[in-house]
Order: sequence, then structure tokens, then C-alpha cells
Amino acid sequence: MINKISLKKLIPYFYLAPALGMILLVFVYPVIDLIWRSFFKVTDGRPIFTGFIAYQNALRDPIFWVSFWNNIRLFLSVPILVVLSLIFSNLIFERIRGWQIYRSIVFIPYVLAIPVVGIVFSYILQANGVFNTILRSIGLNAWAREWLGSPSTAIWAIMFVIIWKELGFGIVLFLARLSSISEDLFDAAKLDGANWWQQLFYITVPQMSTVIEFYIIVNMITMLSWVFAYILVMTKGGPGNSTWVLEYFIYQKAFPYSQMQIASSAAVLLLLFASVLMLLQARLRRQVEVMGV
Amino acid sequence: MSKLINIYRLRQIPAWVLKQGSLLSLTILTLFPLYFMFINALKKREDFLKNSLGLPQSIELQNFLKILQHPNLGLWFRNSIILTLGSVLLCTAIAILAAYAFAQMDFRGKETLFNLITPLMVIPPIVMVIPMFVLFRQLRLVNNLGGPLVIYAGLMLPFTIYLLRNFFVTIPREIKEAALMDGCSGFQVLTKIYLPLSRPALVTSIIVNAVWVWNELLIALVFLQTEELRTLIVGITTSLQKRFTLDVPSLMAGLTIATIPMIVMYIIGQNALVRGLTAGYEK
Repeated sequence: MINKISLKKLIPYFYLAPALGMILLVFVYPVIDLIWRSFFKVTDGRPIFTGFIAYQNALRDPIFWVSFWNNIRLFLSVPILVVLSLIFSNLIFERIRGWQIYRSIVFIPYVLAIPVVGIVFSYILQANGVFNTILRSIGLNAWAREWLGSPSTAIWAIMFVIIWKELGFGIVLFLARLSSISEDLFDAAKLDGANWWQQLFYITVPQMSTVIEFYIIVNMITMLSWVFAYILVMTKGGPGNSTWVLEYFIYQKAFPYSQMQIASSAAVLLLLFASVLMLLQARLRRQVEVMGV
Repeated sequence: MSKLINIYRLRQIPAWVLKQGSLLSLTILTLFPLYFMFINALKKREDFLKNSLGLPQSIELQNFLKILQHPNLGLWFRNSIILTLGSVLLCTAIAILAAYAFAQMDFRGKETLFNLITPLMVIPPIVMVIPMFVLFRQLRLVNNLGGPLVIYAGLMLPFTIYLLRNFFVTIPREIKEAALMDGCSGFQVLTKIYLPLSRPALVTSIIVNAVWVWNELLIALVFLQTEELRTLIVGITTSLQKRFTLDVPSLMAGLTIATIPMIVMYIIGQNALVRGLTAGYEK
């Protein structure tokens, strides 16, 4: 009898075991191994403790900082994405003529592969590409340039492509939230004579604070941890090193250069950076819950 | 009174035009790269160089044939299918078991464990790549489809467990208890009651994960290094990009071929996809 009860208590763990095993292999082991690797150098199969030397090497590398600042620049796309998603989700939510078609179309980029999108845009944005043709045809000859080939514009051109790809998710996410806001609120605002923008800022945005905060954090994480494919396909970090990001720095150090220790320490730094965002999200979420919003 | 309404209507027109105008601009901007890819896939090279914006002078299917005759295309397609089906099935099966435990069983450390698993979603994949590469090289799993298959399944687990658990908790426990009284085993309750009821959540997680694996670049690039083992996306975007730098229409035909499965998937699963991705954020 006692055996049976204690066996029963173990049942949930049988259900969890495969998932936990997988998580240990794919998440826990790599993180521990990475931290270890950033402090120990393995020569002839023997590990030698090197302290923070690998971190110092990474932090003294000017390209590390170029990469870091490019990730920070990409964060600028987050407010742009939030504002555009808010405006377009509200327009579609009004059930303006054709709203179902608009909703279907804006979400298409979500299912496209970044490498495909990146290659197509790199042809659109090249010196004699369609984008410059359009600029010239409307008299903006001076603006035409090799968008991905100039150090001053390349990272911004990449940011444009990222916004193009990520916007649909924001619109659809915000639409889902909008559909659950009480109609009475909008009716009351209209009765009080609120115009479209007033309604957006005073009624809709406060009601959507949680989902907006979620979208901001998700996008910051995207700009930090998921932009590798854009860089690899569109610029390979160039021209010069002007479009390196932290992921690309780690990849380059680890594989073509085989500087595993520097790559590992940079990866630990990136992980810390991402963890700060994670904690921020958890804290904001708790605050929101406490405030009862 | 009617005059008043007319004035009101007139004042509404510019706003309506502005709204339709901005949505139409967004639509054009969204569809333009797809138009550019598809229309140029149908052109001759000279036609493309002269006119990359307009419609083709004559429709040229030669570019598609050139890509379809590529010796490795069949292999790449097969690799992508194996990886996508294999990793999504593996991940879904494991996630169902875990989500069922989290949603419908009581055990010590349940909340803590769940709260530790969900944030794993945001760990940058590049962080896992170095240690996994070193480990898999020792296990001879580099250049073996099994390696990335396992990594993909693992990387998708936190999201899938989270999504399914949130769906499973909405199923009343009374249903489970009634079934247990009728002599069902716990596992039968899961397969005969929970899974059929959870179809929407399962479909969503399968679509989201399949899209992700099909389109993934970094892991496929690092762990599958021979030409024959490339996935369709990596093959087309790395091997073909190099080979057809000067033959853009053929490259665009390749990109179109790689994109068609995802567009078909989107058309079929659009509603499930949107519903599942936004579930839980209605508040």
C-alpha cells in the first residue's frame, strides 16, 4: 500500500522526464559548458584556468563594441514597431472596408524565411536596384545610393527589413487584445467627442499596456538574439565591420576564426544581457499584477 | 437635419481616404518583395537587367527548370522534410506529456519548474551552438540529420509546453476525474480526452514550429556542412546565391520554390496560426 502511494507520487515525474532530459541536453548543459569554457583554456586535452582573460580580450576588441552598438541601434526599431502596430491594428479593428484582406496580408512576412527575405531585399536595395530607380523617378537622385553597401546606411537598411518582417506579428497581436476591450469604452469616448487620436491615446493605449509591454520585450529580445540570419544573408557584417552584431561576432569568433574562448565569453555576456531583459519582463509583469491592471 | 448629416459625412471622407490610403500603402509595401521575387523569376536575364520592376516581356519557365534540375534539390527538399517532421513530432510528443503533468497533476516544485522552463524561450540560439557543436563533434553527430533534429526539438520545447499547458488548464478537472472513475488510466485520459479537445492548440504549435524549423538558418548551417545535407533554405540561399549571382532570375525562381510550401501552409493554417500565437494576450 505504501509502495503504491509513493509510486503514484512519482507518476508526474515520469510524464516530465523526457522534457526535462531534453532541456538538460539543449539548454542547461550548453550554458554550463559555455561558462566553463569562458574561464578555461583547453590545450593538449588539459584545461588551464585563465580567469577573466577571455572576457578582457573580448571587451578590448573594438569589433565587439561595434557589434554591441549595432544591437543597441536595432533597439530603435522597437518604438517604431510599437507605433506602427498600434496605428494599423486600430485601423483594421475599425472594420474598415477590406479589413479581413488587410489582416491576412500583413501577416504574410511572418511565415517567410529570413534568408529569402534578405536576398530579395538586397537586390531591391542595391545601387541600380528598384528602390533607387523609384527614388530617381520622383526626383530624389541625391538620395539614391548602395543602401547595404555604405557603412552609414547599411545597419539602418537592415533595420528596415527587420521592421518589414516583424510588423505583422505586432498588428495581429494587438488586434487580438483590441477585440476583448469593452465596446462601451469606445462608445463613451465617441459620445464625449474624442477624435481618432484622442481615442487611441486615452482609451486604447492604457487598456493595452500589458500587451504593449510584452511586445516591447519580445522585440528587444529579437533585436538582441535573432538577427543573425539577416546579417549573414544581406551584408556578411560588411561593409568593413559596420554591420556586425553580437550574434555575428560570436559566430565569427567560434567558427571561421576558431577562437572558442573569446566566442564563449562573448556568448556569456550576450546571455547576461538577455537575462536582464528577461528579469525586467518578469518584474514589469509582477508590477502590473500588483496594480491589478 | 439631413444637411447636418451630409456635412458630417463630407468631413468623414478625408479621414476614410487617409485610413484606406495608409492600409493600402502597407499592403503594397508588404507584397512588393514577393511580387519582385515572383515576377523576376519569370524573366529572361536581359529582361531583368533592363526592367526589374515591370511585368515580363515573355513568361520564361526556364529559370524554374534550371533550379529543379539542380542535382541536390531533391536531397535538400528531403532533408528539410525529415528535419521539420521529425523535430516537430518529437517536440510535440514530449511537450504533450509535460504539459499534461503541469496542467492536471499535483506535485512538489510544479510552479517553480514551470517558471524556470518558460523563460528559456528567450535564450539566444547562438549561445547553445558552440557547446552543442563541440559535444556533437565528439559524438559524431555533426553532418548527421539527427543532430539538428534533436536541437530543434529541444529549442521548441519551452514554447510548446507553455502553449499546450495554458490550453490544458482550461479543461475542467472534473472531466478527468469522471474518466478515471470509469476505469480509464491516466494515460488514456490524456490520449482519449485531452488530445481531441486540444486540437486548436496542437495545430497552432505544430504550424508555428514547422515554420520555424523550415526557415531556420544558423543551426542548419553549422551542423550540416556538406552540400548533400543542406536544408532547402540553406541550399538555396547559400549555394544558389553564390552560383547565380549574375543570374538573378534563376535565383529568384529558387527562392520562390523554397517559399511556396510556407505560403501554402499559411493559406491552410492562417486562422489557427493567428489564434494560437495571440492566445493569452487578450488581456
